[in-house]
This record gives sequence, C-alpha cells and structure tokens, in this order.
Amino acid sequence: MRQNVLRPGLLVDINDLPLNRVEDLPEGGLRIGALARMSDVAQAAGVVQRFPVISQALLLGASAQLRNMASMGGNLCQRVRCSYFRDATSPCNKRDPGSGCAALDGFNRGHAILGTSDKCIATHPSDVAVALVAMDAVVHTRGPADDRAIPIEEFFLLPGDTPEREHPLEHGELIVAIEVPATPTARLSIYLKFRDRESYEFALVSVAAAVRIQDGAIADVRLALGGVGTKPWRARRAEASLVGKLAGEASFAEAAGQELAAAKPRPLNAFKVELAQRAIIRALMTLTNGDTR
Amino acid sequence: MQITMTVNGVSHTRDVEARLLLIHFLRDELRLTGSHWGCDTSNCGACVVWLDETPVKSCTVLAAMADGRRVRTVEDLARGGRLDPVQQGFAECHGLQCGFCTPGMMMTARWLLDHHPDPSVAEIREALSGQLCRCTGYENIVRSVRWASEHEAAQPAGGDGGTGRQAGER
Repeated sequence: MRQNVLRPGLLVDINDLPLNRVEDLPEGGLRIGALARMSDVAQAAGVVQRFPVISQALLLGASAQLRNMASMGGNLCQRVRCSYFRDATSPCNKRDPGSGCAALDGFNRGHAILGTSDKCIATHPSDVAVALVAMDAVVHTRGPADDRAIPIEEFFLLPGDTPEREHPLEHGELIVAIEVPATPTARLSIYLKFRDRESYEFALVSVAAAVRIQDGAIADVRLALGGVGTKPWRARRAEASLVGKLAGEASFAEAAGQELAAAKPRPLNAFKVELAQRAIIRALMTLTNGDTR
Repeated sequence: MQITMTVNGVSHTRDVEARLLLIHFLRDELRLTGSHWGCDTSNCGACVVWLDETPVKSCTVLAAMADGRRVRTVEDLARGGRLDPVQQGFAECHGLQCGFCTPGMMMTARWLLDHHPDPSVAEIREALSGQLCRCTGYENIVRSVRWASEHEAAQPAGGDGGTGRQAGER
C-alpha cells in the first residue's frame, strides 16, 4: 500500500478474533488458528515433536521480528510477488491485468520454473506453506454463507491467464484455521532452504521432505518444493516414483529428475533446475542417514 | 478512536486515526524519537520496539493494535542515569556509525540477552538478521552484543554497569 501497489478501499483489522490457538488434536494432528503467530507455532511442543518440518520451515522464514507479528493465515494469503509487482512503474499482469509481464525477459533469476504461464512467473514466497502442502494440510474458512474445508493444494491457484487471482477465497470469506492431519511419516521430516544469504532471504530452492521406510523400502514419502513454483509445489511425480523403491541416492536422483522434467526455466533461473534436484536428493539422503555431503 | 497503552511504564491515552502506525504514534504523539522510522516497509528494523515482551517492527503495527498493551522503546534501556550494558557495549566497541539502525539493533539485542545470556556469534547474527545497518558495521555490532553479554555475566542482575570496561573486548 505504501508503495502504491495496492489501494484497498477498506481494511478490517481482525486481530481481536479468538483464532490464535495451536491445538494438538486427539488423534495426533494439529489445528492451528489463523491468527496464531509464526513464532508461537514454531515453538509449540506438538509442532516441534510431531511435525519438525513445519517448525523448521517457520524458523527459516522472514526474521524473528517479523515472525513475532506475522500470522499463519496471513502467511498463506501473502501475495505471490516479484520485484516487478512491487515496482508500480513496471508492467505486471498481477497488479494490472493485461499490462504484460516485465519478468519474462527481465531480471528473472529468482523466478519460478514450475507452474508458470506466459502471464506470470512470480515465485510463491512462503516457506511454511511448502511444509503444509507436504503434510496435506486443510484450510478451514468461514464465509457469509457457509464454512469450507479446502485441501491446501487447492488453496493455491496457478497463474494461468488470471495471475491476479491467487486463492479461491470468496468475498467476505476468512481463514479460521489450518488443520494438519496425523501421519506417522511426519516424525521423520525436514525442511532445507537454499538462498543467497544465511538468513532473512527468500529461498532460491527449498524442500520439505518426509519419509517412512519399511523393510528397507519407501512406504510413504512426502516432497514439496519452495522457491521454484508459482505455488508451493507438491512433487507428486517424484513421490510416485519413490514409493516401493529402496532408499538410496539412485532412486532419489531418478525421482528428482522426473519431477524437474516439467520445468520451464528462463535464461537467468535455469540453475534452479539442477539445484532443485540436488536439494531433493540431499533432503532424502539426510532423512535416511545417507551421505549428506 | 481512543487508545490507551503503557509505554516504558507510563500509561498514555490518545485519540488517534485508525490508520496511524505505532512508530508514528511513538514519535509524533509521544515525542519518543529514539525509535527511528526507516524503510516503512518492514525491512530495515530501525523501528523495532517491544510489544508486550517481544520485539516487533513498529511500522507493521497500527497504534490501535497496541491498545491495552505494553510497549518498550530504546528510551527505556538506560535507567537511573545509567546506560544498559547493551548501550555500553555499543559505546565501547564502536557499534554505531551513523546511528540510524542503532535503536532497533539495541532493542533486539536486549531481548536476545534476556533470553540467551551467552549467545554465540552465530546466534547474535541470526537474532539481528532482521536489522539492517546501511553503514554495514555488523562486525562491531556483533562485538558490542558480545561485550554486553560478557559484561552482564561479570556483573549479574542490577549490578553496576559502569565498570570493568575491558571485559570481553576481543
């Protein structure tokens, strides 16, 4: 707003709503209130113990001073954006539909390689959303007419021809909670983030990974990527390739290659194709006590 | 709208516009100009104050959101005419050049030392990573916080912060 990117006619402060609790559900899942602060969720015992990937992703996002204020619902609703979106003098289909995309042939080193369209290649900025996508979270909303439970993958829309629309919320509809279902796979989980600085920087590539091994073979695996997609990217091709295989660098590399085969890089962000594959391999090797290099 | 908040232990009631940011409330209404208004986009951290017990960027907080809460600013660090060890550390180790980022640096550093009295250099860097110093004087800022940590360890709770100048210098 202060940079003239958005000019809403009306703002409503919802911070007094009683939506800031982080609850352990009886069967082992989580219910995270939409107004729970990122810093509180990161430290909640049930999150740290049962969903380490969520806690790690939170602590690698933004900076402490921002996490102390930022809410979980706000995190999911933050704009998918790039420097051209924020520069009100550049064409941007997201800010001004139909005006064009300055990033396509601009400085697009940080931009997306998965889920892009010829209208927008901005990267989804959230870390914790990547972990939540890997964990099959469900976004609970309340609208003027009814309540909805939206699987988190459907909560984020691909840009397609309408990059200005990023989620399926209707007018007057509000996130009230994020539920994370119980899964034994979550206990062995990790969030790795690769970026230009150690801290206070968006991901070039990040990986949320969880794996459950049974009799040496992969019984269940969850993989999601940040920094490379126009939405938090669930790596379903890689997952499908891994289930039933023996855990090891060969199967991990095969799976990573299958996922990134769909990548559409631009000249400046082509390095992300290989970086993402290496990140997947490293995350899975780390989880399975392989060589992490 | 009318709001009441406790700033540095003193209760203040004012009529403010709903859109007024906390940083402007502190600086323009209360004339507490120690907190600095920097980037205005929650990047730089010059405006960091404590809201209740946690450091926040006061340009991301509406004054109305602080209604009924406690705020602590850099003006509250020195007590009884005596500088806080963090302030002494900045003085001893040349932790400021232009000084613009200093109030935010100090409020985050104070919180860090209250919760982690003996932080490593890596922990200090992580804690301060939301604070930008455009003079790029980070090396001395980290040294200043270490100085304060070592000085506090030598002079626990409420001790005289004005002596032992050489402690921790390295």
